[in-house]
Amino acid sequence: MAETSIRDALNQALDEEMARDERVFLLGEEVGEYNGAYKVTRGLLDKYGAPRVLDTPIAELGFTGLAVGAATVGLRPVVEWMTFNFALLAIDQVINNAAKLRHMSGGQLNVPIVFRGPNGPAEYLSSQHSQALQSLFVHVPGLKVVSFSTPYDAKGILKSAIRDDNPVVLLESEMAYSWTGEVPEEEYLVPLGKADIKRPGSDITLISYSKPVRMVLQVADELAKSGVDAEVIDLRSLRPLDEDAIYESVRKTNRAVVIDESWPVASFGSHVAWLISRNCFDTLDAQVELVSSEDVPMPYNHRMELQVQPTVDKVVAAAKRVLYMEQ
Amino acid sequence: MARERTEAVNESPGKKVSTEPNQVVGVGGYDKKFLLPLLRKMVLIRRFEEKAAQMYGVRKIGGFCHLYNGQEAVAVGSIAALDLTTDYVLTAYRDHGHAIACGMEPRPIMAELFGKVTGSSRGKGGSMHMFDAEKHFLGGNGIVGAQIPMATGVAFTQMYRRKVMGEKAGGVTLCYFGDGAIHQGAFHESLNLASVWKLPAIYIVENNQFGMGTAVKRVSAVEDFAVKATAFDMPGMTLDGMNVLAVYEGIKKAAGLARKDETPVLVDIKTYRYKGHSMSDPAKYRTRDEVESYQEQDPILILKKLMIDAKMLSDAEYKKLDDEVKVIVQDSVDFAESSDQPPLESMYEDIYA
Repeated sequence: MAETSIRDALNQALDEEMARDERVFLLGEEVGEYNGAYKVTRGLLDKYGAPRVLDTPIAELGFTGLAVGAATVGLRPVVEWMTFNFALLAIDQVINNAAKLRHMSGGQLNVPIVFRGPNGPAEYLSSQHSQALQSLFVHVPGLKVVSFSTPYDAKGILKSAIRDDNPVVLLESEMAYSWTGEVPEEEYLVPLGKADIKRPGSDITLISYSKPVRMVLQVADELAKSGVDAEVIDLRSLRPLDEDAIYESVRKTNRAVVIDESWPVASFGSHVAWLISRNCFDTLDAQVELVSSEDVPMPYNHRMELQVQPTVDKVVAAAKRVLYMEQ
Repeated sequence: MARERTEAVNESPGKKVSTEPNQVVGVGGYDKKFLLPLLRKMVLIRRFEEKAAQMYGVRKIGGFCHLYNGQEAVAVGSIAALDLTTDYVLTAYRDHGHAIACGMEPRPIMAELFGKVTGSSRGKGGSMHMFDAEKHFLGGNGIVGAQIPMATGVAFTQMYRRKVMGEKAGGVTLCYFGDGAIHQGAFHESLNLASVWKLPAIYIVENNQFGMGTAVKRVSAVEDFAVKATAFDMPGMTLDGMNVLAVYEGIKKAAGLARKDETPVLVDIKTYRYKGHSMSDPAKYRTRDEVESYQEQDPILILKKLMIDAKMLSDAEYKKLDDEVKVIVQDSVDFAESSDQPPLESMYEDIYA
């Protein structure tokens, strides 16, 4: 198998799906001639031309809504938001149209569309460009929200998202585009709604998704030095959520830490922690811990911005709390 | 002033902008076979809305209910200019009239207003969310201006199917919105995209001169919205929305431009709503005289008089038509009344495909 970056794995997914289905088209700011702000769409304009790859004006509400309308009448748009921070300008079309049209038409309309782009903290970008906004989207019934932490999952999940008949929000991460991993030559899909155990273990369950998963695997290595065998679950899909995978693991380990880059208040991570408390109450040996972003806007200063996010030290400390180990 | 500015920027004949409402003389050479269905549909919408108001009064209908009385000529005249096997229609929340004009039956519309399972959205949409995908009527949108980008995407698909998928029939998309929506960013972003990508979209401002309770002149730099077409390098026209034939002819022309010249068109249709913004609005921001002056140019009365003058219609014939329509509307109420409530568990349906 070839070592491939997440950036190229996403590019392969787009390329394969566009070749397979002429209803799939791609639009967003700088996706064409510029080859994508993060080069995920490199070469696709040359290969497919307009209108299958479209550079848009800087008008997130307009081009996102246009894609929603196209999806209702049979096309399968992939919308690239240059970052999720700019998706806030388009959120009316996502929440009020994409997520609601099927329901308020009594099942007459479908909206097969993918919204994708980098979400979450990057580096040196301060508070408007370094936000983890997934909780806003996960909150909304009618949307699917998915993520990945490896090139293999990135490709397989994006392909499944494009083939799904619902609006799917795909969380990418600027910091992870250059991460590499094995991607098979032959075609494959990763189903939406299925978590993946990235490291099996028996003493504690560490639950995360997206960029932090790699850091959480380091935590597991760290804990192993203290004789703790941690299981690491990559949720991959936030909505629908693979609750069974979570409960099965926690009922085995009796301890759980949720790691989520979101702010802590009313967040996706706090919801997962509540689900575990409610559904594994009898088997838990300790409180469920949540390691989230600090409850502050992201500062520019590098030392501060790293400390705002979940870190190895913070997760190790949380794990030791639920394991009743000396800090 | 607006006129001078418009003429100055109007050098390209294909991108002509007119702020003078078009005129149609008499019945415009149309025959009874063409005119009678237009009259009948306008009467059906009027009687349907009157009945909806009555049902709202006795609490059979709740929530926001925006009536179309006075604006019937806009939906009926414009949709008559379409071929709904290939063309599409999207509108805002004042949508009962467009639903009927697109050929939806009064029964599922009234049942939807009653929140019944036989409603067009199985009781989940209500007044603001009428849809009939088969008839190419895509709503029914409750957020001011949110249907404008969506409609632009439907027009985009018409272009895409032709260019990428080799389909012949192009089709055009009619997108209606009120004068209140024209100040939303969604309007400006959409018209720019439609012009840059040459999409067959016809943007129709149903200019009833009030955005809810706010008069146009209090919140808009211009009152003739056709001039905004020049900013997007597309043709702009102004139509008399109280004359169904003027609307029909204008939209026929706009659709021709969109189909042949691959250009979007902006159309400002001057109209007037007789009722408040919604059922909860007593409309104290305008005078009785103003409303009455518009009722004297009522779109139904205008066409009726034209047809009587042209000896195509008698008073007795009109009364018969009106009586038939009343029976149809009453039947829709009986249907809605006798229909079942949706089962509670159906709340979990129609969320994901």
